[in-house]
Amino acid sequence: MNRSEWPLWEIFIRSQHGLAHKHVGSLHAPDAEMAIKNARDVYTRRNEGVSIWVVRSADITATAPGDKAPLFEPANSKVYRHPTFFPMPDEVKHL
Amino acid sequence: MYAQMVDTGQKKVRSLEEMPPEERAFQQRIDADVKVEPKEWMPEGYRKTLIRQISQHAHSEIVGMLPEGNWITRAPSLQRKAILMAKVQDEAGHGLYLYAAAETLGVSRDELIAELHAGKAKYSSIFNYPTLSWADIGAIGWLVDGAAIMNQIPLCRCSFGPYSRAMIRVCKEESFHQRQGFDIMMKLCAGTAEQKAMAQDALDRWWWPSLMMFGPPDAESVHSAQSARWRIKILSNDELRQRFIDQTVPQSEFLGLRVPDPALAWNEGRGHYDFGPIDWEEFHNVIKGNGPCNRDRLRTRVKAWDDGAWVREAALAYAEKRAARNGERAA
Repeated sequence: MNRSEWPLWEIFIRSQHGLAHKHVGSLHAPDAEMAIKNARDVYTRRNEGVSIWVVRSADITATAPGDKAPLFEPANSKVYRHPTFFPMPDEVKHL
Repeated sequence: MYAQMVDTGQKKVRSLEEMPPEERAFQQRIDADVKVEPKEWMPEGYRKTLIRQISQHAHSEIVGMLPEGNWITRAPSLQRKAILMAKVQDEAGHGLYLYAAAETLGVSRDELIAELHAGKAKYSSIFNYPTLSWADIGAIGWLVDGAAIMNQIPLCRCSFGPYSRAMIRVCKEESFHQRQGFDIMMKLCAGTAEQKAMAQDALDRWWWPSLMMFGPPDAESVHSAQSARWRIKILSNDELRQRFIDQTVPQSEFLGLRVPDPALAWNEGRGHYDFGPIDWEEFHNVIKGNGPCNRDRLRTRVKAWDDGAWVREAALAYAEKRAARNGERAA
């Protein structure tokens, strides 16, 4: 990669009615302040957001797709984490 | 379409049995409509083809800013000027979404731009035509964006996650583009005789190049079968072209304009419009670099890049200096 290329940033936007920041894409910028300005121009032209997070792509650690099965396996056998595992008598209220 | 004639590098489409196990598992996931994400294993041909297709699409958006940008200073009203600027801004945004999607496949932005500027990467043939009057801005929004929408909606379902998500975002923004163009055409066609004649002239010049946007006939599209198998091409060139004609002819009738095709006729038996022969020699000539504006478009892009180098370098130098002063990590 060319040394003079601006680093890559991942952009997260929280919409007006949403609660969580959602990943919307990436862009190149020389620093965090320009990343926010560029994110405003690229990803919020139609009032999509009230809040922007920018994170250097290099700072994101992600799980590898190939590890999906063993990584999430522990949850597969713990169906009792769901309330539907416990049928309750009809006459008992508020449970 | 915006990406025409994308070379898949494959000589023939293989059956599941002919594929090695890893590739077979990959193909089965595609067949099951599971999205492929960037860090997953994928055949090298799939990766290379997607880089080519997505980057061609991105280049088309950026170069596509030029024919319309040409009329920003000459829009007939302040409102039309502001609307056209918003459309051109959107095209820049679309290019950026697509470059970002291409970069997830392991290629750098600078590499892609270098290929465009060296004339190695293609962009859609349509942007090599000049905008000669304000009516062209109407015709482009109506026909060129209309054709783009035709292609992009099915691509929202393509197999590669980042590309499909980029398409969803693009499609949301694209329909204002087409309406903006048709709105201009309606105004001109309801205006003076000269204005209507200007609109007809624009249709006369943009109709056939718009049909060429969908690429060569299926029979001559050697790479389409593999792209379809990988679900990065959802509908065929001829099918898209036919749908576009079927939906656009009634629109031209509403405007009171005449499509410049003497062979155009509704075929009751087929349930589609029959249309005349397309000049594929013109298409291939434009793709080869001999269209009216090819050299001008490339020269403009290269100049913008070269003239902007000092800005990119200064911004980076400033960021690094400030980071060093604050004891932070630099870019």
